[in-house]
Amino acid sequence: MMLSAHDLFAILPELLVVFAACAVLALDPITPSSKKDGLAWLSLGTMAVCMGLTAARFGSPTTAFGGLVVVDNYSCFWKLLLYFVTGLTILLSFPYLKEERIYLGEYYGFILLALSGMMVMVSGTDLLTIYLGTELMSLSLYIMAGLKRADAKSLEASAKYFVLGAFSSGILLYGISLLYGSAGSTQLPAIAAAIAGRSLDDPLLLFATILIAVGFSFKLAVVPFHMWTPDVYQGAPTSVTAFMAVASKAASFGAFMRVFVEGLGGVRANWSLMFLLLCIGTLILGNIVALVQTNVKRMLAYSSIAHAGYALIGVVAAGRLAPAEASSAISSVMLYIALYAFMTFGAFTIIAMLRKGGLEGDEIEDFSGLAKRHPFAALLMLVFMVSLAGIPPTAGFIGKFYVFMSAVQAGLTWLAVLALVFAAISAYFYLRLVMVMYMREPGAVTALSPRFVSSPALTIVLACAIAGVVFFGLYPDPIVNLATQASLTLK
Amino acid sequence: MQSGGFPWLTLLIFLPLAGAAALFFLKETSVRMVALGVTVADLLLSLPLWWLFDASSSQMQFAENVLWITSPPIHYHLGLDGISLPLVLMTTVLMPLCVAISWRSIDTRVSSFMAMLLIMESAMIGVFAALDFVLFYVFWEAMLIPMYLLIGVWGGPNRLYAAIKFFLYTLAGSILLLVAILALYFQGGHTFDIVQLSQQAYSPRLQFWLFIAFFAAFAVKVPMFPFHTWLPDAHVEAPTAGSVILASVLLKMGTYGFLRFSLPMLPDASKDFTPMIVALSIIAIVYGAYMALAQADLKKLIAYSSVSHMGFVTLGLFMFNQQGIEGAVMQMVNHGITTGGLFLCVGVIYERTHSRQIADNIGLTKPMPQYATLLVIFSLSSLGLPGTNSFVGEFLVLAGTFLWSKIAAALASLGIILAAAYMLWMVQRVAFGIPLPHQLPKLTDLSRREMATLVPLVILVFWIGLFPNPILSRMHASVTNVVARATHRPQESPTSTGQITPVVKPVPAAQTVQSTEAPRP
Repeated sequence: MMLSAHDLFAILPELLVVFAACAVLALDPITPSSKKDGLAWLSLGTMAVCMGLTAARFGSPTTAFGGLVVVDNYSCFWKLLLYFVTGLTILLSFPYLKEERIYLGEYYGFILLALSGMMVMVSGTDLLTIYLGTELMSLSLYIMAGLKRADAKSLEASAKYFVLGAFSSGILLYGISLLYGSAGSTQLPAIAAAIAGRSLDDPLLLFATILIAVGFSFKLAVVPFHMWTPDVYQGAPTSVTAFMAVASKAASFGAFMRVFVEGLGGVRANWSLMFLLLCIGTLILGNIVALVQTNVKRMLAYSSIAHAGYALIGVVAAGRLAPAEASSAISSVMLYIALYAFMTFGAFTIIAMLRKGGLEGDEIEDFSGLAKRHPFAALLMLVFMVSLAGIPPTAGFIGKFYVFMSAVQAGLTWLAVLALVFAAISAYFYLRLVMVMYMREPGAVTALSPRFVSSPALTIVLACAIAGVVFFGLYPDPIVNLATQASLTLK
Repeated sequence: MQSGGFPWLTLLIFLPLAGAAALFFLKETSVRMVALGVTVADLLLSLPLWWLFDASSSQMQFAENVLWITSPPIHYHLGLDGISLPLVLMTTVLMPLCVAISWRSIDTRVSSFMAMLLIMESAMIGVFAALDFVLFYVFWEAMLIPMYLLIGVWGGPNRLYAAIKFFLYTLAGSILLLVAILALYFQGGHTFDIVQLSQQAYSPRLQFWLFIAFFAAFAVKVPMFPFHTWLPDAHVEAPTAGSVILASVLLKMGTYGFLRFSLPMLPDASKDFTPMIVALSIIAIVYGAYMALAQADLKKLIAYSSVSHMGFVTLGLFMFNQQGIEGAVMQMVNHGITTGGLFLCVGVIYERTHSRQIADNIGLTKPMPQYATLLVIFSLSSLGLPGTNSFVGEFLVLAGTFLWSKIAAALASLGIILAAAYMLWMVQRVAFGIPLPHQLPKLTDLSRREMATLVPLVILVFWIGLFPNPILSRMHASVTNVVARATHRPQESPTSTGQITPVVKPVPAAQTVQSTEAPRP
């Protein structure tokens, strides 16, 4: 197969990101440590250019490399979200890395490499392309989780993440090979054609579907494949945690839905049932275990597990609805993840910049009386928590509203009731943080008492997050329309 | 509509919200004046609605309808009818009083406190004015966080427990409401419009489930008998303004929900559930009154009397006749005025003696004659003395109940007797008791600010009590509409009847009685 200009143009944003990543890595050794910020600016500029390129592609779908990669509205939606989150991560990293004294230029390189992997994941239409993207993302994230090299927890997180992640990648690859044996192709449209009319009575297809589902469940942190999440989220540098919790989850959902709707759509009734069970387990465990956490990062880790459960409701509904109606359920998942990005990123940003001595104030106790000392930071955290709990008029409510609507449409009213019961339970632990911030007196002020470190870059990050949470909570039309249009290209 | 396109309701809702935003940029010293100014401006803005309202029409007036979300079609649809108009006005009247009563008693984080009060006002008016179910739900839930903070930050010693209990109870109640809204959307012709949804017919089975879902949300808010346990805690711990808002406005949202959604949308299920609701209402009336008798804490006493009085409201609503429902709406307004007044009185005395215990506040007539007078007036209104406002509502409810079942009416009137017992006993001690010598404190009588806070409510007590027609005539057409909607189809033995044991045997002939002119006292 010859490389054509058309193919290269189709993956121009990916190429740009990889090029920028290489440039950052190459320039790092020759940049004096006082000028490392320049590398961050380079990465940020790349995001801006890519955003323009991808936004221009929206609405004009094209395939490249003989159907290995597709540039459609669906992939553009996810890519735009990913650029946005990556940009926020870079902005957050400016002040955060300074506070943590991590002066590593390759940090930005790894973020860009992870991003390029995610971009490949959401635009791949071949199982192997998607697998390559997954690996590129995961390998970068393993390293980034361990970048706090002096911190044992960070190293533990990195090792744990690597072992379990590699294991899950193996399972995913094994599933892909079985599916290749059963369907005779790794390209999603060819697989869809091959399994049309077949059911899971075919053991090969059955095992392939299960193994691929398990592989993705690890990446999505769905119960019972979530074990790595709390430790990794807690140990990793908080800017990396935010990036993982949002971007990696978004990319995994993007690839996951494409594989199961486009490739395995023929057995949708079967996988829908399987994900229903995973979804219920995720909702129950994520919300219940979060109740007893004393560390905010750990609590948000379980909360992110629970949110994957809410998003899965839309996937389950998509599997039960007729193909013509399923796009509304798919768009509800996309909307949910996009809105979840704003609030989760905002919450992690506050945690990252609440400093206690030279360390992060990430225990719930550290937030005591924050409303007195830093009323503005406390107010923002209040809004993020309320949004995560799904209480109107915030973005979190809009996300839940659309997901539950697709559940009711698919005849899963009881699942919506169950999920809402757990949403009420989750309100308890989100509000506990609010209680600690607003209703508890801060201890005596010492050099070690937590204080909020502000900076211009941080203000931009928080402004973006809060604007998203409030604006889309009050007027979700733009993002709903975008998700609806994007979901239509997934068949 | 006669609104002439002027966005009355949008202004009413968003003026307090804008005020709340402005408070963040002001100095602590000026926030009280600004908050008072905003609430008074909102009151002045709402007063013209009273005269612009066309009492002969049962249509939604001052309507505004803008598409808010395209897919699914959710509208920013507002409007008032004769049922919501008095409630909105009650809210706008009470809010300046809430600001005034907090003038001195709130001295920490004043600007946040006032901002919370203003946000609450926006959400409360929004709930009563919303005509789109999703919009209603957004306003309904948006109240939770400010109220949680009002109790939790500025409340009494046990405030954390009370705040989270209030929050979780109400949140858990409204879970099923959201699912019911979504189910209605798919069954009711893909619309969230309350007016349109009220004109559809739903299968008995769906009605049964939807009624349970609505009931969970509204019964917790009212609160009806087994779901009332959050109320005493929340009332006792909340600051005075919070108690007033809770008792006077928030509780009404539950009964308003029954009236706006359950009765017109689910007439068959409402009829099936009537025996259960009646039984729970009568239990609430009697049980709440008994509990009030036993209280040593003034706020708890009033809280339990609220349970009792709200029992009359739910009783009247499910009578399906003009008297019962008009009485219920009257009782909603009256309870807001009277109980609001009583809570303000407790707040006044708490500022002086720092105790809400009856035993610590004995014999106030001597040191505070003006205060004692007002307290007695509100207490007499609370027990339903003829000539005061509560008499009108309770009389109509009992008249409506009498048409439905004489036994139920007899049982419910026990509540009035008991109300006389606990209220008069309280007045006897607090106003006319003889304090122990060392207990007689040097109390100052009402200040001009406190007088100005309480007197408007006293005027309303007598105005409605002696001349209720202006309110009744405005709600008449709307109530007729609800009654017609709730009774217009003959009941075809729905599948769900077997699941409810009738506690009180309905009198079949009484069910057909409707739209007889309500007796005017």
